[in-house]
Amino acid sequence: MTAHTRTPRPAPVAAPEQRAARRRVPPRRGGRSAALRRNLAAYLFLAGAVVCFALFSWYPIVRGFLLSFQRVTFTGADEWVGWENFQRLFDDPLFATAWRNTGYFTLLALVFGFAAPLLTAVVLNELRHGRAFLRMAVYLPVMLPPIVTMLLWRWIYDPGPGLLNNALEVVRLPPQAWLESENLAMVSLVLVSTWANMGTTTLIYLAALSNIPGELYEAAQLDGASIRRRLWHVTLPQLRFILMITLLLQVLGTMQVFIEPFVLTGGGPDNATVTVLLLLYRYAFVYNDFGLASAMSTVLFLVLGVFAACYLRLTRTRG
Amino acid sequence: MVGSHVRRFAGRGTACALVLGLTACGSSSSSQEDGVVTVSVNGLPPETQAIDRQNFEDDIAAFEAAHPDIRIDAREGLMDPETFTAKLAGGQLEDVFYVYFTDPAGLIERGQAADITDYLDEFPELADVRPELRDVFRDDEGRAYGLPTGNYSMGLLYNRELFREAGLDPDQPPETWDEVRTAAREISALGEDIVGFADYSKNNQGGWHLTAWIYSMGGQVAERDGDGWRAAFDDEAGRAALEALHAMRWEDDSMGTRQLLEIADVQRMMGSGQLGMYLAGPDNIPTIVKQFEREYDEFGLAAMPGEATLGGGDGFMVNPDASPEEIRAGLTWVRWKYLNPEREEEVTRNAVEAGIPVGLPQPNLWQGESQRIVDAIHEEYANVPLENYQPFLDRADEVEVLVEPPNAQQIYTVLDGVMQAVLTEENADLDRLLSDAADRVDDILATVR
Repeated sequence: MTAHTRTPRPAPVAAPEQRAARRRVPPRRGGRSAALRRNLAAYLFLAGAVVCFALFSWYPIVRGFLLSFQRVTFTGADEWVGWENFQRLFDDPLFATAWRNTGYFTLLALVFGFAAPLLTAVVLNELRHGRAFLRMAVYLPVMLPPIVTMLLWRWIYDPGPGLLNNALEVVRLPPQAWLESENLAMVSLVLVSTWANMGTTTLIYLAALSNIPGELYEAAQLDGASIRRRLWHVTLPQLRFILMITLLLQVLGTMQVFIEPFVLTGGGPDNATVTVLLLLYRYAFVYNDFGLASAMSTVLFLVLGVFAACYLRLTRTRG
Repeated sequence: MVGSHVRRFAGRGTACALVLGLTACGSSSSSQEDGVVTVSVNGLPPETQAIDRQNFEDDIAAFEAAHPDIRIDAREGLMDPETFTAKLAGGQLEDVFYVYFTDPAGLIERGQAADITDYLDEFPELADVRPELRDVFRDDEGRAYGLPTGNYSMGLLYNRELFREAGLDPDQPPETWDEVRTAAREISALGEDIVGFADYSKNNQGGWHLTAWIYSMGGQVAERDGDGWRAAFDDEAGRAALEALHAMRWEDDSMGTRQLLEIADVQRMMGSGQLGMYLAGPDNIPTIVKQFEREYDEFGLAAMPGEATLGGGDGFMVNPDASPEEIRAGLTWVRWKYLNPEREEEVTRNAVEAGIPVGLPQPNLWQGESQRIVDAIHEEYANVPLENYQPFLDRADEVEVLVEPPNAQQIYTVLDGVMQAVLTEENADLDRLLSDAADRVDDILATVR
């Protein structure tokens, strides 16, 4: 008779994730209060942030949503008006103009603002000398207060004594109406925005570039890959995730463009640079129509929400 | 661009908090204790204007001595549309607050100012204030919501030295638009960096000035149509205004190449001696003299060319949450400080001692004997060259002063676009600009209740 000896099977070796998950299961008895005590300091630290976000972000968002359905006077006599504010908003011919202009700005900003920092980062990364100085030089405009940047560029674009037209004159080219021409005004604003903001993105790309293993380049070089092919087949695939993230953040940022048209063109010429946020500002602070401004804000919130959701999905998937 | 994203989110959050977050907090800032009413007022000059501030504080001391039952809580600031609603919502708005003539209609319509009609009987001397100015603060039923304390009408401000250099007589400034055009051509011929005539075309200021242009051509921007209003500038007057601007900008090249200007830009051009003429009220002169360290002798003021001009001004309204005692105290202050012909001589003497200009053509708030008294005092104490403003006064009776249209700021936004198109597009279709703008202004005026 063969005795079947029951030899205990060795416990399966749990994957590290499973072990960690098991450790996170709270103990059954007295667990909640113990966990609360253990994490009390963390909760206290968190409370400050939660209160700030609730007061200065979530409450205004909810209140703004409610205001978009009201005729707002702030005297306690606000009336509910249903969809009237949205109706008025969609009836305003500038509503479509503002979205068209904002879309155009975003598109141009992607063309200039997306490529410029990437190219700058790649070039800086390849430099042997003067890298630190040039890195600082690229970042310098970010440190200027935005209003100073705008006033500086107003002088650069001035059709009379401005720097750009004087430069054109030196090379015997005709002067341009940088801000006064319907065709050029938006491009001019995008150039300012790109110049003022590309420093941060360049630094992010530089950090990402420094994380790309050198062996990949060495292998590509041994295979006879040219600089262009190394850029295309090594650098860009390695930067794909960070490129996606900055792209989404850039769309979110550029769709809220305000200070450039506000200071440089006031929305002109002939409404060619009226953007969504500039129109929103006019509704609220020029016309004093907070119901209409809130309706606009709600629409903008929904549109940006789509991009924000994409951003979250992307970062969570990657995480 | 990521940096800008973060900054924008932060900025937006702050703006939202400012606009919306304050709606739930705050309370009235005035009080009544032991029979003494404390009333908060704005208009206190900032510390950077030491002399003006000291005068204001001296006035408060004198007022409180004469009215022991009222205490004035003075605060800096005038009308700031960006903070007004947040202050009102947060209970931080002063009991008596400063406004421009463009503000009262909207504030009355939205119930954001107190009805002071029943209190005005206690101030019979205010009946001498010119009725057309008082009407700015009344609703359709004749109820009063504020008091005017200053007024202006737009004229033609010019650089007398550039007139001389261009061979023009600074004592005989232009009276018609053709003469303005000729003078602008002569002045701009003085040099590449000299501009003959400039005008605004940004941040609603272009619309504001185009309104004055249209008035001067004999037109209107809005007119009554039954119970409502409609646009009235798509006509000969509107077209004449655009044609004159277009001709100066593109045919004569006398308006310079840089456009999308606003008031600060044009004042800077005038202050630096690079501009011949622009449309302005008399109050622009001391601003330019003070900011750019010029002399009063250098500038002249003529009446608006054409047959009418745009008038404006400022005044004070009362917080809708103010108590009857606070309203009474606030009106007593406004009457004593700003609408007080009996104090005019003392105020004028102090102004002269402090180097404040006396003798500029406006404001002229009063009718009848009160205005004559004020004028005589100003003439006696004048410290600016009165003869430089005589052309403005000489035609004062010929040039009708018209007020701003209803929903002025929204209309100005539309007219801003028209002004920009005329000054930045050589081939602008003036008829299309006028008809498109009129359609949009009709939509805006359809909401006037």
